Amino acid sequence: MFIGHFTERPYQDPKSGYFGATGLSIKDLTLSNDVYDPIIGSDLYNRYLDEKIYAEEMGFDGLMLNEHHSSPFCMGSAVNVEASILARITKKAKIVLLGNVLPIWDDPLWLVEQLSTIDLISKGRLVSGWVRGTARESVAHNSPPAYNWERFQEAHDFIIKAWTEPGPFRWEGKHYQYRYVNPFVKPYQKPHPPIMLPGVVSRDSVEWAARQRIPYIMLATQLEPTRQSFEIYKETAKEEGYEAGSQNFGYLWKVHVDETEELAEETARKFVQGPSNPFNAGNEGTANEALMKLPGMTSRKRTLPTVSAATANRGGSGSKSYEQQIADYTIITGTPKTVIPKIKHVLEYLRPGSVFFWDGDGAMTHDDQMRSLRLMGEEVLPAVREIAKDLELNSPFDVDPKTGLPFDNAD
Amino acid sequence: MSDDSNNYQEDFIDTPTGKLQIRSSGVGEPLLVLHGELGFPGWLKYHSKLSNVYNVMAPSHPGYDKSDRIDWAMNIGDIAGFYLELLDDLKLDHIRVVGLSIGAWIAAEMAIRDPRKISKLVLVSPMGLKPDKGEIYDIYLNLAKEYLNESFYDSETVPDFKIVCPDEPSDDQLELWEVGREQSARLSWKPYMYNPTLPYLLNRLKSTDVLIISGADNRIVPVDSLNKYNDAIPGSTLKLIKECGHRVEIEKQDEFILTVKNFLE
Repeated sequence: MFIGHFTERPYQDPKSGYFGATGLSIKDLTLSNDVYDPIIGSDLYNRYLDEKIYAEEMGFDGLMLNEHHSSPFCMGSAVNVEASILARITKKAKIVLLGNVLPIWDDPLWLVEQLSTIDLISKGRLVSGWVRGTARESVAHNSPPAYNWERFQEAHDFIIKAWTEPGPFRWEGKHYQYRYVNPFVKPYQKPHPPIMLPGVVSRDSVEWAARQRIPYIMLATQLEPTRQSFEIYKETAKEEGYEAGSQNFGYLWKVHVDETEELAEETARKFVQGPSNPFNAGNEGTANEALMKLPGMTSRKRTLPTVSAATANRGGSGSKSYEQQIADYTIITGTPKTVIPKIKHVLEYLRPGSVFFWDGDGAMTHDDQMRSLRLMGEEVLPAVREIAKDLELNSPFDVDPKTGLPFDNAD
Repeated sequence: MSDDSNNYQEDFIDTPTGKLQIRSSGVGEPLLVLHGELGFPGWLKYHSKLSNVYNVMAPSHPGYDKSDRIDWAMNIGDIAGFYLELLDDLKLDHIRVVGLSIGAWIAAEMAIRDPRKISKLVLVSPMGLKPDKGEIYDIYLNLAKEYLNESFYDSETVPDFKIVCPDEPSDDQLELWEVGREQSARLSWKPYMYNPTLPYLLNRLKSTDVLIISGADNRIVPVDSLNKYNDAIPGSTLKLIKECGHRVEIEKQDEFILTVKNFLE
């Protein structure tokens, strides 16, 4: 079992009208950065880095970062910068990027160089995930959404080649062209940093991940549609002639642990307050319908079972309340004693080899996050590891997803 | 959505790059009508009136409506190339063309590639040139219905507005709008709705009669873009109709039809 920590790193400004449950709702891509306070931004970046250091101390295997653009709910618009700092100030946890938004960059060679640098400084602790990004990312960097999927695949192939084959070589692709590919920086890990693919929407992505034998991480989706999406991966794996195991699957969801049941509930409610992701359930933001229909972004016919659930959560009357999320396990909160059996239920239901606990988000404070991290380290993580051992949930670092065989150095 | 009082024929013709959905009606000399960025809007009054005088041919561009998409076509010039070959194959030369919005941009790109192919060209609220004053309305960050509303000076006073923008569009209509938006995004995401070299190449149209027509209150394509077309094309005429927006062919259809008919004669 691989256990990671995640937060979106929201831009929390208690002075603003859009912060907190009583504030104004934020419609996606409608908030001007005129409100941005650099003092607050500076404090928050440092807070979130401090929390990652503490998460490592408390025994998390992975420190997960994500990337979004032009939005207050996630400050990770330059995720490789944050990852570079973690590479130097942490010691043993893997730095899990879920991930770089491949299609929006016109120069994937720059990603090759940045990610190799992070892998070197961290002495081989980079896990390099890719995403297609939401419509917001394509708009922010003016990348053509109708070519998002083509660009994703070509950029991936290019990066893997640049990491693994001696240069110089030429690349004359449909979307990227180079006459001299010879980055004088190479990844620490061989043949290259492990790759993960997170997602919620696209059937194409799941099938592609299965064909590449890349672990697929479902992001905060409901349990049953998540299981169905994993089945699509498994079926594709069968077509490819292998059997997908827990090493091929990951799941990220909201888990907050606290000192008392009362404090846990009070704090977990902050998940759905503050400038939280408008694509997630019960948030204070409002999805922008034009963004959800950005032309050509995702195949209108090739979506996953998780999509209808995800769509219902995007604000409005279909949005799920905090209580509903507690009921369907997409938020788990309580003391360690009550949280552990609920996590066990999720592990039994989905059988993931990697899990990411999403915490410290929405309107949660630094203190809220630190209490939870401490209790996770003291009680929850050891228990979860035991449960995972009983369930034989191997991580992609125990069993190689490329071969289905245990690594020589597995614990 | 069609005007039932008028007959037209719909066909799918084979081309080297796949099937092309095309409607035709009328007798006389051919008139090619190229639709805008949401796809073919239905057989409207201006199609009917023009088909009284010409053999109107109204295709759906590759990738729009039910026409096959061309994988390699990534910009408007590629679609222009497709249509020039189609005219070759249909043995049509020196013909009249009416293009609307993105269809007008396609027509302009055809004309600069082969000026002799087009005898008379009507550019209706053409996309394609970058304005210095104002910005071209962003159809990708707005929903189709919002875009249609913005395309009229005052949609509430236009009797046929509901034909192109029903209060409750059918699922089929919503899907076709999305197909159109997606294909437009493939062809013109960046630069958005213009070709930076087109102003210089339009000077080729020295022997083509060109009419540029639009509402004077166009909130989609700034009037500055229309002036730039008029400045770039030798001998062209610009007609701006008052109290009228982007969709001049619907908002002021009688004046539009009369003006276009007179010009095409």
